[in-house]
Amino acid sequence: MSYIGILITYIFIQNFILVQFMGLCPFIGVSKNSESAIGMGIAVTFVTGIASVVCYAVHTFLLVPFALEYLRTIAFILVIAALVQLVEMVIKKMSPALYQALGIYLPLITTNCAVLGIAIINIDEGYNLLESFTAGIAAGLGFTLAIILMSNIREKLEMTPVRKVFRGVPIAFISASLMALAFMGFDSSLITNLHLG
Amino acid sequence: MAIFLAFIVIAVLGLVLGVGLQFAEGKLKVEKDEKLEELEAAMPGANCGGCGFAGCSAYAEAVYKGEAEPGLCSPGGAELARRMGEILGIKVEVKEREVAFVFCQGGKDDTITEFEYKGMSDCNAAALLHGGPNGCKEGCLHLGSCMEVCPVGAISRNESGNLVVDKERCIGCKKCTKVCPNGVIKMVPYSAEYIVACNNHESGAKVRTYCQKGCIGCKMCELKVENSPFKVDNFLSSNNYALDQSSAAKAAEICPKKCIVKR
Repeated sequence: MSYIGILITYIFIQNFILVQFMGLCPFIGVSKNSESAIGMGIAVTFVTGIASVVCYAVHTFLLVPFALEYLRTIAFILVIAALVQLVEMVIKKMSPALYQALGIYLPLITTNCAVLGIAIINIDEGYNLLESFTAGIAAGLGFTLAIILMSNIREKLEMTPVRKVFRGVPIAFISASLMALAFMGFDSSLITNLHLG
Repeated sequence: MAIFLAFIVIAVLGLVLGVGLQFAEGKLKVEKDEKLEELEAAMPGANCGGCGFAGCSAYAEAVYKGEAEPGLCSPGGAELARRMGEILGIKVEVKEREVAFVFCQGGKDDTITEFEYKGMSDCNAAALLHGGPNGCKEGCLHLGSCMEVCPVGAISRNESGNLVVDKERCIGCKKCTKVCPNGVIKMVPYSAEYIVACNNHESGAKVRTYCQKGCIGCKMCELKVENSPFKVDNFLSSNNYALDQSSAAKAAEICPKKCIVKR
């Protein structure tokens, strides 16, 4: 698959939140306003991109030579946890305001299954280093797209007369499911029809 | 053999990552002021949120920046407030602990109701309907929303159905004062003995029509007692706890409605 094909696949067709339902915790938790949603999106994109490369390297140069492929989940979690710590330090240093806004959801990227998901998908699909990196960035961009759309919808919802029982998280989940329905429209035949396969 | 290999590979990977993080920590360390670090170390670390901040370090930072007063931390108490003042080199006035008190004793025998309320058992819901079923629109609605929000279960009903706060158990979190639609629950100093247990600001003639235990604003407590700590304002007496309390007992005795209660 070409690089553009990979990008389109993981941003739209296999969108991590709206199609594969991974990483829903920060998706609901940090989508209250668009500024912190963008910050979260960038942080996740950074982590997925780097994690894809590092996990690919760990798998190819460490696990495969020792025939330890079955340890990939624990090894990847180790790598991702360390990366998230690093990202946390960088954000704390660079932008304390963003650090405050992201709050508990920043360390929670560690357990964000989207990050582990893309690392494992890369291995299962047999991508090479550059393809893995592209897929990682695309997964992060797909996450960012979904969370930005969601935060804009939720900002509008604040001004909308919503029934009291639905106010807050319930209406957010309903909006998210409607968005997910719309994303089902992106089909894998898109790739074939665009001759990107 | 394979299991040793697995152990060694993962251990080495973890070690490399750990050392790398340690190195990064050194490079990316955010410079913190020594005083702030000392403050954070002095905090109890319970992260209870009773001070109104996200956690102990958030409160320490706010105090350090001068945005918050020392002494808001109830687990730390006066000892911590003193220590914070020491670290920051400022003088800290140690305030007395405040507890909640229900400023109403109008039970069902003493008050009249205008209509029968059959809605959900929630004070805020009841208050939406013509200010609640009570004749007195500023009194306790007796539906117990404050009991539900109290994190330590310090609020209970006494035998006449009135809500009372146990001052020993109250941690002063002010959740009940916020939930009460009529503002009947207010904070009083822990040591306060005589309290005007009424929240009604209407004139005496009106109060008499619907409550036998309401303050009518007669000023007996203010004028008939020497050195009285009580002051009537807008038809409601209140005790100034900062003043000498020695004549408060006498004022409570002469109060015609007996709404100055001893706690």
